Amino acid sequence: MAKLGPAGYSPYPVSVVEGVLTPPPGKALMFNEIVDEEVAMREAAKAMLTRENPTIFPGPQVLYAWNEEAKRKAKFVRKMAEVLGAKIIPMYDYRPKYPKIDPEKEINPNHPNLTIWHNKIKACIFIGVHCHYANVALKIIRAETDCFTIAMCSMAGHEDAMITLRDQHSEDLEKFIRIAEEVKRELGK
Amino acid sequence: MPEQVKTEKVKYNRMGQRIVSPDYLLFEAPRTKHFITGSEAVKEAAKRASVDASISYPITPQSEAAHMLGELWREGYIGVYFRGESEFGVMSEVAGCAMAGARTITTTSGPGTLRAMELFPMWAGSRLPIQLVLMARGINSPLSIQPDNLEIYFLLDTGCMVWHAETAQELFDMIIAGFVVAEQPDVHVPIITAIDGFFISHTREAVYLPPQDIALPPYDPYKAPMPPIDMEMPPGRFMRDPFVMKSNYISYATHASWQFEVRAAIERSRPYAKHYLRGLVEHFGDPEGEILFIASGTAAAQAKEATQILIHEEGIKARVLRIKTIRPFPTEEVREAVKGAKYIFIPEFNVIGWLEREVKRALYGYTDIPIFGTPRVGGGMTMPPEFIVQEVLRIIGKEVKHVG
Repeated sequence: MAKLGPAGYSPYPVSVVEGVLTPPPGKALMFNEIVDEEVAMREAAKAMLTRENPTIFPGPQVLYAWNEEAKRKAKFVRKMAEVLGAKIIPMYDYRPKYPKIDPEKEINPNHPNLTIWHNKIKACIFIGVHCHYANVALKIIRAETDCFTIAMCSMAGHEDAMITLRDQHSEDLEKFIRIAEEVKRELGK
Repeated sequence: MPEQVKTEKVKYNRMGQRIVSPDYLLFEAPRTKHFITGSEAVKEAAKRASVDASISYPITPQSEAAHMLGELWREGYIGVYFRGESEFGVMSEVAGCAMAGARTITTTSGPGTLRAMELFPMWAGSRLPIQLVLMARGINSPLSIQPDNLEIYFLLDTGCMVWHAETAQELFDMIIAGFVVAEQPDVHVPIITAIDGFFISHTREAVYLPPQDIALPPYDPYKAPMPPIDMEMPPGRFMRDPFVMKSNYISYATHASWQFEVRAAIERSRPYAKHYLRGLVEHFGDPEGEILFIASGTAAAQAKEATQILIHEEGIKARVLRIKTIRPFPTEEVREAVKGAKYIFIPEFNVIGWLEREVKRALYGYTDIPIFGTPRVGGGMTMPPEFIVQEVLRIIGKEVKHVG
């Protein structure tokens, strides 16, 4: 994605309109550039460590212990939150239920900006969210907020996030945590 | 220490076919020559695609292909097969199969396409990688059961990918590639593989087929961008109690974002389609041709014949840009190809000229080269190469020697 929002709705904040696609295997997407994964991980960590109210939004694929990999990932998500000093607001339920949602307790992919607006979240990580819902939510967030979005996806990634890391499995989360710890030290935090 | 024996894990599908990679099946496996119809090519492709379910309803000219898919079920290659109540029923039922995690294929033609129209955007919005083989025949009224591809236009903005094959060989390869591309997690939208009915469905041609004891890896629904079927989750929930029914700004924004996401998914198919189709377009003829035909399907085949006549009998440099994928539309490839052309001709087997509209949209503000949406035939009319040549010569002001 070329730049931070809010991008408005005209033209709609959809990065494929600008020719930006998901990164190839082994690479990451940072704004509209294909970069090495480590470069993107450092910038993602920096955004989470320096912007206001960093938050991790874990989805069902790491919230539910449906396989061993999910359990491992869930532990790393908790560790990641500790290192980054981030809150965790789950996205466990995709059902549209406005206005019943409590945006402080959960984020709904169909109206994610309620959560982002309410808590003034300026940086976030999507992890374990089914790809379609991540993509729908990321477009709305970019349209209406200046939140710096980071997607950690076990599949092909999400070009509507400011940084997307693809094929992220538990060993990659471990690597990200190591890099985040380094960046934290460099920032003197 | 004994020498370790290298072992290879071989996997087989339900029918006992050996599972191979899509690249091996499409590009590397040895092929043998067969003289078959387009309908038979559908059967041969489905046979090698580890298909879980197929549902059919008869309508000319796709009835034979649907019948042959039933034979595959009898032989054990397809897990579930039955006849639906109507095209609307069929397209609803294949959606159910796909939501439950099945690789699904169906076929239709002409008015059947329009009868089922409501379901195609529903497939796309539900991110179901269903394959529809469309054997185009035109639509009513008046009733037509002749070659005409008008209905392809109706499908272009349903949120489905739309590919247009020129030959039975290409249809065979596109059906296999179609499943592979449509099921990519970042794509995961329906694929419509279209041909011009009768011309391809009912005529025989040489088709090179890989062995029938190998097949695509089965579909993995756990990589789907949505959770599996659940009436408390979309698509059930968004059909039953949809957020679009809420009259508030955020519901509108959600619906807009959802629709954009489906279109974005089609755009993400480009690199995969480029790989498995060996490009979104094909170039034919003199690379320096001043006469450029842009065409798809059998109109491209006729344009190629016309190009040969122009080059060899008229001494006019000509070429063809054949469009393989209508959605995603190969905008960059078209812009690149028009460089050096003096005239662009777009021959079509329909009266509205849907490809002409697509090309003009891609080239708007980009070139001043005159674009002629001709020849254009419909309702079953043929388009002999001589007729195309005659139109070209008339428009560029040359003597017309060929009689159309």
